[in-house]
Amino acid sequence: MSKNSQFVKFDKVDKSYDGKVLVVKDLNLDIAEGEFITMLGPSGSGKTTCLMMLAGFETPTNGEIYLDNNPISNIPPHKRGIGMVFQNYALFPHMTVYENLAFPLRVRKVSKDDIDKKVDKALSMVSLTGFENRMPGQLSGGQQQRVAVARALVFDPAVVLMDEPLGALDKNLRESMQYEIKHIHESIGVTVVYVTHDQGEALTMSNRIAVFNDGKVQQLSSPDKLYEEPVNSFVAEFIGENNRFAGQVTEITNNKCKVKLDSGSEIFANPIAVKSNGEKTIVSLRPERALINSKEKMENNFKGKIEEVIYHGDHTRVRLDLLGNKEFILKVPNSSANMEIKLGNQINVSWNSFDARALDPK
Amino acid sequence: MSRETQKILTTDGIPLEESLKKAEKKNKLKAFLLVCPLLLFLIITYVFPIGDMLFRSIDDRMVTNMLPKTYKAMENWDGKDLPDEEVFEAFYLDYKKLVEDKTFGKLATQLNYEKNGFKSILKKLKRKMKKFEEGNYKEQIMGVHKRWTNVEYWRALKRRAPAYSYSKYLKGVDMYENEDGKIVQVPEDRRVHKILWVRTVEVAFFVTVLCFLMAYPIAHLLATLPMKYSNLLMICVLLPFWTSLLVRTASWMILLQQQGIVNDFFVWIGLVSDENRPEMMYNKTGTYVAMTQILLPFMVLPLYSVMKTISPSLMRAGKSLGGTPFVAFWKVYFPLTIPGIGAGCLLVFILAIGYYITPALVGGASGTLISNQIAFHMKSTLDWSFASAMGLMLLTGVLAIYWVYNKLVGVDNIKLG
Repeated sequence: MSKNSQFVKFDKVDKSYDGKVLVVKDLNLDIAEGEFITMLGPSGSGKTTCLMMLAGFETPTNGEIYLDNNPISNIPPHKRGIGMVFQNYALFPHMTVYENLAFPLRVRKVSKDDIDKKVDKALSMVSLTGFENRMPGQLSGGQQQRVAVARALVFDPAVVLMDEPLGALDKNLRESMQYEIKHIHESIGVTVVYVTHDQGEALTMSNRIAVFNDGKVQQLSSPDKLYEEPVNSFVAEFIGENNRFAGQVTEITNNKCKVKLDSGSEIFANPIAVKSNGEKTIVSLRPERALINSKEKMENNFKGKIEEVIYHGDHTRVRLDLLGNKEFILKVPNSSANMEIKLGNQINVSWNSFDARALDPK
Repeated sequence: MSRETQKILTTDGIPLEESLKKAEKKNKLKAFLLVCPLLLFLIITYVFPIGDMLFRSIDDRMVTNMLPKTYKAMENWDGKDLPDEEVFEAFYLDYKKLVEDKTFGKLATQLNYEKNGFKSILKKLKRKMKKFEEGNYKEQIMGVHKRWTNVEYWRALKRRAPAYSYSKYLKGVDMYENEDGKIVQVPEDRRVHKILWVRTVEVAFFVTVLCFLMAYPIAHLLATLPMKYSNLLMICVLLPFWTSLLVRTASWMILLQQQGIVNDFFVWIGLVSDENRPEMMYNKTGTYVAMTQILLPFMVLPLYSVMKTISPSLMRAGKSLGGTPFVAFWKVYFPLTIPGIGAGCLLVFILAIGYYITPALVGGASGTLISNQIAFHMKSTLDWSFASAMGLMLLTGVLAIYWVYNKLVGVDNIKLG
């Protein structure tokens, strides 16, 4: 059975609430069947609006959304058959867990026996068997979250939307829930559209991530590509940490360019968003790609002064004053070889030009 | 090893448990002193008057104290035939004393409640009594008026002998204890109170229903509108609340009377002809309209406060799970508003059942309620004990409703704000 690679399709979708500002601008996005896709972005970037348009609680100002090749803009939410997990769970407080799960089945006129079976199955999927008669108020946050997930899945929807479902949980619980949701997705193969502003969550769970900013998708790619190869400085800044150098391109070849920094020094970088000499650029470098006292020969090799050392257990974060950038961060693995990391010391820092990505100046 | 825990001592050697208790005692005393003014206020303004009212409603000592000798003499009377000379003499002496004290009028009023026609024969007796000779009072009194020869009047007199009676309560439901000591209904043409009770409950019920039907959408709108509009709407709801009750009732009179604005409008649009202007005032319609308007905020506010707490995502969840907007409303939203509905309905019903000013002003003859009757006895007939009895019956009714409500919905579920 071939899977539809355009199971959900946003086609040139615009959305404006007040007729003045576009919250979502010309959005084109294809979501494949069975995919776990995450919409990631800061608040106000339009990601939740997209989700609400897909769920049917908002209508696109322009453009059309297709579900399995059918336009759905004129279909009311209750006929779309899309499951949704809400930020605050939205469990019905006056119903038991069983009744909450049975709700979508009852409105679909499923027979009593089938309801029992499906509720049982859904509860065992989130390992909450035996909780049927509890009220939501008697459950912990994590358990409520699982009930919400089970409820969104119990009627076998084609797509499940999740709107920052783990936002209210504490850190440990959030992490274990991430894996749990990921495993549920893997085992039943439902298409999941997940909205979050937590990049860690997005990187852990998704097949693909759409980074939103300013109503636009900045980059749509797999988690590793997103982290390793950000296409613009917003994504580089938003996903993970990065060290930034502002400068001007002075020399450019196929896969290498020379950038003259504001401090006067020149570094080699990988031209991603720059094409010609004289262009302004921001060079982005992941902290873990810069090494200290490397024996390997690298194109960029500079001396920096240690400004701050923060101990993190398995690694140490070191803030350097390097090439005029006082916020240069290094992550040094905790090993006996790195004993000379002390405040005020000068150390050698080097990195490959390939890892230093020359992006748009923004 | 001993498992017993050792007594923990404070630094000055007193067991910790004791000193903690001491400290708590002080706090408790402080808390009690803080609520003391309120407690006193409640006792003085609430518990005491209600107790007094209860007492008044059964207190019948006035007649008993006015005729002490008579009732003593009557103890041996079987009530079948006319009493003996002994009773007549005692009654003469008691009554003479009342005439001298100029308090005989009260007795006349009280006995007239018991049996019609008592007042006139007592007055006549007073006039004739001056010429009475000593001895043989039975003959002399019976000669004053032929009703004095009627044993019914003496029986009526005896019925007032007990110091406490529940006859006022019977009167409140149009019943009385007849000569044979049986509780029977008063003649049909005199059953006014029953009509009033039924009307009071009926008006309170329909006013509650009307208030609910109007308040629910308003409260929902208030809870879901953006802040700047909902504030304005809230003011619209509260504005009448801030206006004097009398002013509001009076404005309804202006609006609803036969030559009023509403009738003018009906005539103008041709709904009714000028000669047949409907009567919307001084009857039940007027009571309904004015009371509903006045009590509406009491329904809106509890509903609003409950609806405000219902997350809009619940309705969305209901819809996204496949419920039509109606199903989502009925299965999800509505059940969650029940605490507010309960609070609002209880509040409005209880207020409506004892409503006084509005029905008095706009109710006319067919729109007055039991509270107006109570006021009538308080102010006009001065039969305070009867007014108290009816007031207590009303209070009991309200408590009963509260009890039923508690059984059905649970008072814990009430949410006033």
